[in-house]
Amino acid sequence: MYILKRFLIMFLTIWVIASLTFVIMKFIPGDPFASDSKRLTEEVLENQRAKYHLDEPIPVQYVMYMKDLITLDLGTSIQSNTRSVNSIIKQGAPVSAVLGLQALVVALIFGLFIGIIAALYHNQFLDYASMMLAIIGISIPSFILAPFLIKFLAVDTGILPVASWGTWKHTILPTIALAASPLAVIARFMRSSMLEVLNQDYIVTADSKGISRASLVIKHGIRNAILPVVSFVGPLLASLIAGTFVIEEIFAIPGIGRYYVDSIFNRDYPVIMGTTIFFSAILVVTLFLVDISYRLIDPRIKVNSKEE
Amino acid sequence: MHLLEVKNLAINFKTYGGEVKAVRDVSFHVDEGEVVAIVGESGSGKSVTAQSIMGLVPRPPGIIKGGSIIFKEQELLHMTRKEMRKIKGSKISMVFQDPMTSLNPTMRIGKQIEENLFSHKKMSKKQVKKKAIELLRQVDIPNPESRYEQYPHQFSGGMRQRAMIAIALACEPDLLIADEPTTALDVTIQAQVLELMRELQKETNTSIILITHDLGVVAEMAQSVAVMYGGMLVEKGTVNDIFHHSAHPYTRGLLKSIPNVESTEKKKLVPIKGSPPDLFSPPKGCPFAPRCKYAMDVCIDHMPPEFEIGNNHTARCWLNHTHAPGIDEFESRSEPL
Amino acid sequence: MSEFKVDKSLFQPAESIDYTEKMRPNRSAWQETVTNILKSKIAIVGLFFLIVIFFFAIFGPSMSPYSHSEQSLTNANMAPSKEHWFGTDHLGRDMWVRTWHGARVSLTIGLAAAFFDLLLGVMIGGISGYMAGRNKRGDRIDSILMRIVEILYGIPYLLVVILLMVLMEPGIVTIIIALSVTGWVGMARIIRGEVLQLKLEEYVEAAEKLGTSHGRIIWKHLIPNTFGVIIVNLTFTIPTAIFAEAFLSFIGLGVQAPHASWGTMANDALGVVLSGEWWRLFFPGLMISLTMFAFNAFGDGLQDVFDPRNRD
Repeated sequence: MYILKRFLIMFLTIWVIASLTFVIMKFIPGDPFASDSKRLTEEVLENQRAKYHLDEPIPVQYVMYMKDLITLDLGTSIQSNTRSVNSIIKQGAPVSAVLGLQALVVALIFGLFIGIIAALYHNQFLDYASMMLAIIGISIPSFILAPFLIKFLAVDTGILPVASWGTWKHTILPTIALAASPLAVIARFMRSSMLEVLNQDYIVTADSKGISRASLVIKHGIRNAILPVVSFVGPLLASLIAGTFVIEEIFAIPGIGRYYVDSIFNRDYPVIMGTTIFFSAILVVTLFLVDISYRLIDPRIKVNSKEE
Repeated sequence: MHLLEVKNLAINFKTYGGEVKAVRDVSFHVDEGEVVAIVGESGSGKSVTAQSIMGLVPRPPGIIKGGSIIFKEQELLHMTRKEMRKIKGSKISMVFQDPMTSLNPTMRIGKQIEENLFSHKKMSKKQVKKKAIELLRQVDIPNPESRYEQYPHQFSGGMRQRAMIAIALACEPDLLIADEPTTALDVTIQAQVLELMRELQKETNTSIILITHDLGVVAEMAQSVAVMYGGMLVEKGTVNDIFHHSAHPYTRGLLKSIPNVESTEKKKLVPIKGSPPDLFSPPKGCPFAPRCKYAMDVCIDHMPPEFEIGNNHTARCWLNHTHAPGIDEFESRSEPL
Repeated sequence: MSEFKVDKSLFQPAESIDYTEKMRPNRSAWQETVTNILKSKIAIVGLFFLIVIFFFAIFGPSMSPYSHSEQSLTNANMAPSKEHWFGTDHLGRDMWVRTWHGARVSLTIGLAAAFFDLLLGVMIGGISGYMAGRNKRGDRIDSILMRIVEILYGIPYLLVVILLMVLMEPGIVTIIIALSVTGWVGMARIIRGEVLQLKLEEYVEAAEKLGTSHGRIIWKHLIPNTFGVIIVNLTFTIPTAIFAEAFLSFIGLGVQAPHASWGTMANDALGVVLSGEWWRLFFPGLMISLTMFAFNAFGDGLQDVFDPRNRD
């Protein structure tokens, strides 16, 4: 019952996001055919507008769009004229998702590791060294890091391909560029909450059992300290899966990320709506998963008063 | 040969405000099957002393300044972390004060007991689970099979402390350190937990160091008592020595400050005036001197040595010196307010 | 044991013993905090860099005879020299002046974003986490707040920015509003998660039973204990905002030329790094990194100082 209600709310949320986006989008002046208007005759333009129902009043357009949406038909891209939004997503999303998940895994593994090490060696050399690394990671934005990576690891040495998509090797540089900043943030979150956990009484109890330092940290430390990281990773996961404009642009990756930005500039309404709905669906699901995982991590937590 | 011998132990703590001399020149021993109580008020250094035996004093900020702790002819203070691990939880184990915070909230009770067994005994998963449930039954937890699967927040305070005891006893240790095991519990629960500890102690003949500020608990459980004040051990002896032939004014003050339910005569409770010494810069002489109504000139500048009062009964008080006047002499003088 | 002559005369009842305790100097909480900050080396280092950066952001441009917009094509792309301390850009504009001019824009945006993050994120996250799971009404409050968060996450913020640009004139204020409208949701989620866990502590239960108001429990008992994650998240928000502005400038929606920000300068320089004009990227990049380092270091120091466990 609770789950059912949650799903209903999730659909409702997506619908609200879609509606608001629709309204904002229509409110902004501009025309998908602005760049073509000189080439095309008035008549052709009229035809084009009619094809995408842009000649109808906005409320009518809205109802028509929502009707199509129910059947999961996201329409056709105005920019490409023939490609359906569904196929754009179908083609681009897997590429972005692979890259995003890869970056997330890298960020999580290294971020957690560095954060834990820093906490264990609090105020010692390793702590300062890893936090310096984290600060550098946060301070260098991906669009600055990426050109440097390309220069040193691809152009100068030729170990890795410069750009584009194909083999696993192609994913290495964009993964590093994407992972650097979240990695640093995860490390900082983990250090901060691990320090707190290491001060707790139950850590002393565990220590008094004569268990190894490794299992002390893994079994008693991580689970109690990981909550802020989980909160942070939820939305991050959604945006990484949905693709990143800058990285896909720099590395010429055929993902879905650049459509968000391009479609807005081109006023490619169906693509704006399609990518937004796609992203919100992932977002809403990941945030729901985060809420559930709170309870799995700490059995005391109640997000809903009816749970027991 | 004693099971455990602590000699001239000294521990400091580094803080923003300076170094705190938490434990100064503490010596005592525990024999096999013996229950030794360490009593004293908060901040007297009794918990730190106990933690140092287990190697649990966090370093930093703690610094072991000197002394030795010999357990079964092994020096514990010189052990590496790895060597110490073999002893912690198996030969020596500990029950902590606050069962609410001493159990990991995100780990099932059963797992927390098993952890001890896994790290010290070569047992299969099945055997370990059986033993864990057996231990829960031993500490009188009803429905141990289903309790095994539960988390600490599903346990009451008393049951959590029982679970703590089950953890501590899992590997049948030679020495159990109980750091105020009943302080955080309801009075009725306190009695039950004490009763349980006493029974288990009789069954297994485990030695116990019982840290408490409750002299009632001491009388019920212990054979020997060590009284701590201001980071020092001021008096030690058998329960009889301490309760009936105390040779230190602090001990006597402590005894007068607790209610005695069993005695029929109406006695006034007498609190000890003043507050414990500042351990940042403890007084040069006897730490109790500023609060002692028998203080003499010698007490202020000179640290009293351990005077032998009787067999295994010592007290750090100048009153036991041959030159000292009898206590009656003080009583006949005007009482200071 | 110190040897001394056990003189019988010493065994006289002591006449006067000072019962009054030697009190450590009683300082106010404020003095205590300041002293502790001064004791924390890492905080001092951070503070020092912050002061330096703010000093130059204020006085830097007037230390040089050039202006941020003055072009001189004959002097284009000059390496750092006595004349141009940080070199010049492709239009011959002095990089020193532009760097500190950009500092004003970037720091303003970063700090404003951090402020709204704190204000909205901490408040909404705190209320949401505290209310969740209490009772039906609490669930509803949490649910509504979290749906708002999801919706703000979901709407493409670029659309919001463009919308604001349409409604208002482009500029720093518009950018700040655009970033603030959607920026706080991350903080809110993180604070909510923390509070969900923290409110299980006994002191919260105690405070509740003593009749402490919800607001007071959230502000006085829960939020102070989330200080660690707040600081970590803020040190993430500030650069994110600075970079977001750079990104907006990159796609033509940010600070308009001839004004500069660290983000736009870094962006302009991306193409030329490979051809050797390193200073174009180096100085704005260095300033961004230095600022981040300073905020992080200061934040870490503060965290240690405000953590009551570190008090003596």
